[in-house]
Amino acid sequence: MSILNKTIKETSELLRARKIGVVELTREYIKKIEKDNENINCYITVCEKEALDAAEKAQKLIDEGEASPLCGIPAGIKDNICTEGIRTTCASKMLENFIPPYSATVVEKLLGQGAVVLGKLNMDEFAMGGSSENSIFGPVRNPWDNTRVAGGSSGGSAAAVSANMACFTLGSDTGGSIRQPASFCGVVGLKPTYGLVSRYGLVAFASSLDQIGPLAKDVTDCAIILNAIAGFDPMDSTSVNKEYEDYTQDLEKGVQGIRIGLPKEFFDIGLDDDVKEAVLNAVRQLEALGGKAYEVGLPSIKHSVPAYYIISSSEASANLARYDGIRYGYRSSKARDISELYRLSRGEGFGREVKRRILLGTYALSSGYHDELYKKALKVRRMIFNDFNNAFENCDVIAAPSYPVASFKIGENIQEPLKMYLGDIYTAGVNLAGLPGLVVPCGRDKNGMPIGIQLIGKAFSEKLLLRVGYALEKAVGTFRPGEGN
Amino acid sequence: MDYEVVIGLEIHSELKTKSKIFCGCKNEFGGEPNTKCCPICLGMPGVLPKLNKKALEYAIKAGIAMNCKISRFSKMDRKNFFYPDMPKAYQISQYDLPICYDGYVDIEVNGEKKRIGIERIHLEEDAGKLMHDPFGQGSLIDHNRCGVPLIEIVTCPDVRSAEEARILFETIKTILEYTEVSDCQMQEGSLRADVNLSVRPRGQKEFGVRTEMKNLNSLRAVQRAAEAEAKRQIAVIEKGGQVIQETRRWDDNKGESFSMRGKEEAMDYRYFPEPDLVPIVVDDAWLNEIKASIPELPLSRKERYVNELGIPPYDAGLITMNKKLADIFEEAYKVCGNPKLASNWIMTDILRRINEQGDSVLDSLNGAKFGQILLFLEKGEITQASAKQALDTFLETGEEPESIINRLGLKVQRDENLVLAAVKDVIEKNPQAIADFKAGKTKAFGFLMGQTMAALKGKGDPAQVKKILEEQLNAAINE
Repeated sequence: MSILNKTIKETSELLRARKIGVVELTREYIKKIEKDNENINCYITVCEKEALDAAEKAQKLIDEGEASPLCGIPAGIKDNICTEGIRTTCASKMLENFIPPYSATVVEKLLGQGAVVLGKLNMDEFAMGGSSENSIFGPVRNPWDNTRVAGGSSGGSAAAVSANMACFTLGSDTGGSIRQPASFCGVVGLKPTYGLVSRYGLVAFASSLDQIGPLAKDVTDCAIILNAIAGFDPMDSTSVNKEYEDYTQDLEKGVQGIRIGLPKEFFDIGLDDDVKEAVLNAVRQLEALGGKAYEVGLPSIKHSVPAYYIISSSEASANLARYDGIRYGYRSSKARDISELYRLSRGEGFGREVKRRILLGTYALSSGYHDELYKKALKVRRMIFNDFNNAFENCDVIAAPSYPVASFKIGENIQEPLKMYLGDIYTAGVNLAGLPGLVVPCGRDKNGMPIGIQLIGKAFSEKLLLRVGYALEKAVGTFRPGEGN
Repeated sequence: MDYEVVIGLEIHSELKTKSKIFCGCKNEFGGEPNTKCCPICLGMPGVLPKLNKKALEYAIKAGIAMNCKISRFSKMDRKNFFYPDMPKAYQISQYDLPICYDGYVDIEVNGEKKRIGIERIHLEEDAGKLMHDPFGQGSLIDHNRCGVPLIEIVTCPDVRSAEEARILFETIKTILEYTEVSDCQMQEGSLRADVNLSVRPRGQKEFGVRTEMKNLNSLRAVQRAAEAEAKRQIAVIEKGGQVIQETRRWDDNKGESFSMRGKEEAMDYRYFPEPDLVPIVVDDAWLNEIKASIPELPLSRKERYVNELGIPPYDAGLITMNKKLADIFEEAYKVCGNPKLASNWIMTDILRRINEQGDSVLDSLNGAKFGQILLFLEKGEITQASAKQALDTFLETGEEPESIINRLGLKVQRDENLVLAAVKDVIEKNPQAIADFKAGKTKAFGFLMGQTMAALKGKGDPAQVKKILEEQLNAAINE
C-alpha cells in the first residue's frame, strides 16, 4: 500500500520510525499532485519550495524527538484561509493575485506543529456554492468519478484527501461547505462548534456562521487535527475561551446507551432513496453497537434555508464590500471616476453567484425590507436554535443526511441556483444554531458515489461526536476511491 | 415675523487612547502617511476587529460626565457605505443600543443656567484621510487615522441661538478635557461638530425643516455658521420659499454655506449587528470604578469657587474653562491659604503668560510650587515684584521656590538699621525733594519712597520703609 494512502496516525508512525523522511514524503505528495491535479483540479496553488523547506525543518524536529503528531504531515489549505507570502485567491478574479502579509491563526498553529503545507485548494468563489464549480480556476472533479462534482464549497479540500493529494486538509463551513463535499468524496469532515476554532485569517463570507474545520481520511485524524487547531485566539473575539480537551481521548469508548435522535423532518420528502437507506443503515449499525435511536422533531428547520440565505448574504454584502479596487485586488482599468472604479472593479472582479448573494444581502438589509427579511431571519435563527436545544433533551447526537443526493454531474445544477440552495436543508440549520457537525462515510449510491452520514451534537460536544463517528467507522469501514469497496 | 432658531449638535471627538479601537496600532496624530496602520485597520481579507476596552471606558466616562444612562448591554453595528478612505466599506459604529443615552449638560448663558439634553453618545471608528496627489491627477489615501476611536455626542434640539450653540460646544469640550478622554485639538480635527438647525415662527410647536452643516472645527465657526444659516433660512421663508432638508458645507473663509446633498440622496446605511464582535456588557464593578475616576466638573467647580471661596463669577468662569489652570489654582490656593490672592495672580500674571506663550506655559507651572511663592508674598516675606521675579525663575529652571528666593536674596529687608541707613542716605542725597516735601508737595514723598526701595534693591517692606521715612522726614522738617 502506498505511503499516500496512509492516515496521519500511520504516516506519523512511519516518520518516527524513520521508515520514510519528511522530504521524501513531501516529494511523493508533490509528485502525486503534479500527476493528478490536471484532472482533479483540487489545487489552485502548489507551493513546492515552501513545502520542501518546511519538510526539512520538520525532519529536524523529528530527529530531535519532537512529539507533535502533525509534525512532517503534508496538508492542503482551502484558498480562503490566509497564508503569509502565498497567494490566497478565494477562487476569485478579485483576489487572483492577492498575497497576504499574514497567516491565519489555524495556519500558524499547523506550522507551529511542524505540518507541511503543500498548497492552496480550489473552492467555490468566496465559499459561495455547493459544487466547487464557481471558481475562476475551473471546477474540482470528484476523484470517484471525474464527471461529477466534489461538492462545495470546500470541494478541493475534500477531493485532495480522497485522491491522496494531501494527508489532510482544512476547509471552511458556513452552511455545509465542509460536510457536503466530505460526503460527496467519501472522507471525514468536521464543522466545529462556532467559536471553537479561530476565524482570524479566514476570508469572511458570513462572519456569524463561518467556521474552519478539518477534512481527513478517518475520524482519528480529524480528532488529531482538531487538537491542533481548536482553542481561544485573542485575535478573534468570537472564539471561546475554554479548557483544553484532548479529542483523541475516548474515541474507543463505544456508543453503549448513546441516544441517537432522528429528526422526522429530515427523512420526509426530497431525500434520495439511496442516501436515506445509507443513513438509516448507519443508524442501525450504531443501534447494533448499543446505541438507541429515537425520533425527534425540528419543527422550524423547514425555514432554515431561507433564513440561512438571508443572514449569510446580508453579512456577505458587508464582508465583500471591501473589495472595491482601491487598496488591493482586482481593479478595472476602464474606470474614469471613483463610482465607475467601484462599479467596474466589482462588476468584473466577482462571479455570478457572488454577485447574486451580494445583491440578495444588500436587498435584505435595505430600509423597508430590513425588518421583513433580515430581522425575521434572525427570529427564525433563534427558533431553530431552540428546536435543537429541545431535541437534545431527548438525545445525545442527531443523525441526519448531509445532502439530499450523492454527488451530481458537473454542470448539472449550474443554472439552478435555487435547487442548489435547497440542498443545504440538512446542514445550514447547524450553522444557524452554531452546533458541531461531523460527516462520516457510510455507504454508496447506485452510481457508486459515496454517501456520508451527518452527526450533529450539542455545542462543544465534539468529543462525543468523534466517539460516535469512530464507532460507526469501525463498523462500516473507510471509503477510498478505486479500491473496490 | 419673529423667528425662533432650533439647534442640535452632533459632536465627534477622538478618544486619546494609546492604541486604535480595533487593533494595536498607535493612536497618534500626524506622522508619515500610512505608517500607523496594519492589516486590521486596513481592512484586509480575513482580519478581525478586537474592541479596545479603554476606548469603551472613555466613552462611558464621557457619558457619566454628561449625566447619561449607561447601557449595561450594548453592541457594535456595521454602517455600510462606500468611501475611498474607509477600507472595509463599512464603519463599525453603534446603531440602536448606544453605550450612553438620556443625559444632559448645563450651560451658562448670560449668567443663567440652561439645561441641554444629550440624546446619545456612541462609540465608533474614524476613517482615513483623502489628499490630493501633489505629483499626479488623482487622490491619495493616508490610513493613519483609520480606526482611531471616536465618540459621537448627539444633543437634543434644545439650543435656541448661535451663541448658545457655541457655549454648548465649548462646555462639552471642557467636559471632555476634564475627564481626559480627548485632547480636543480642533486644529487637528480631533473635535468637530455638525450643526442641525431649523427655524420656526416663535410660538409654533412643530419644528421647521432642518439642515445639517458638517465638520465645523472651531467654536467661532459653530457660532458663525449657525448665525448665517438661521439668517439664510429666515430669508428663504420670508421670500415665500421653503427650506429644503439637506446637508450643507460651511466655508469659514467666505462666511457662507453651500449645499452638499439633498434628502433624496440620503444614504441607506443598512445597519446590522457587527458579527465579528461580541455584545458589550458593563458590570457594576467596572461602572463604579469608572464613576470614581470622574473628576469634579467645570460648572460645579465654578460654583464652588464663587460660593465657598468668594472668587468673582467672571474670574471663576475663566479659571475653570481650562482644567489645567483650575488644577493649578486649587493647589496654589491650598498652599498659600488665600484663594483670592491665587485667583488674582492667575487672572493677571498667569493669563498674560498664556497669552504671550500659549497653553504650554501651564505644563511647567506646578500649582503647589506656585502656591509656595504666593505664600512668601502672603506672609510679607517677599514683595510683589520679587514674587514675579521668583515665578519667572521657577518657570525657567524649575528650581525650588525657597531656594530661588534665598539664592537671589529676594526676601524683604527688615533690618531696621539697614533701612534707617538707606533712608538717611536718600534724604541726604536729595535736598531738592526734601525742600519740595517741606513745601507740602506730597508727590515728593512718593519719589523718596521709590528711591529708598531702589536703594534696598526692591526688597524693603513697603510699610516699614514708609514708617521710617516718615519719621525721618518729620525729624528733618522739625530740625
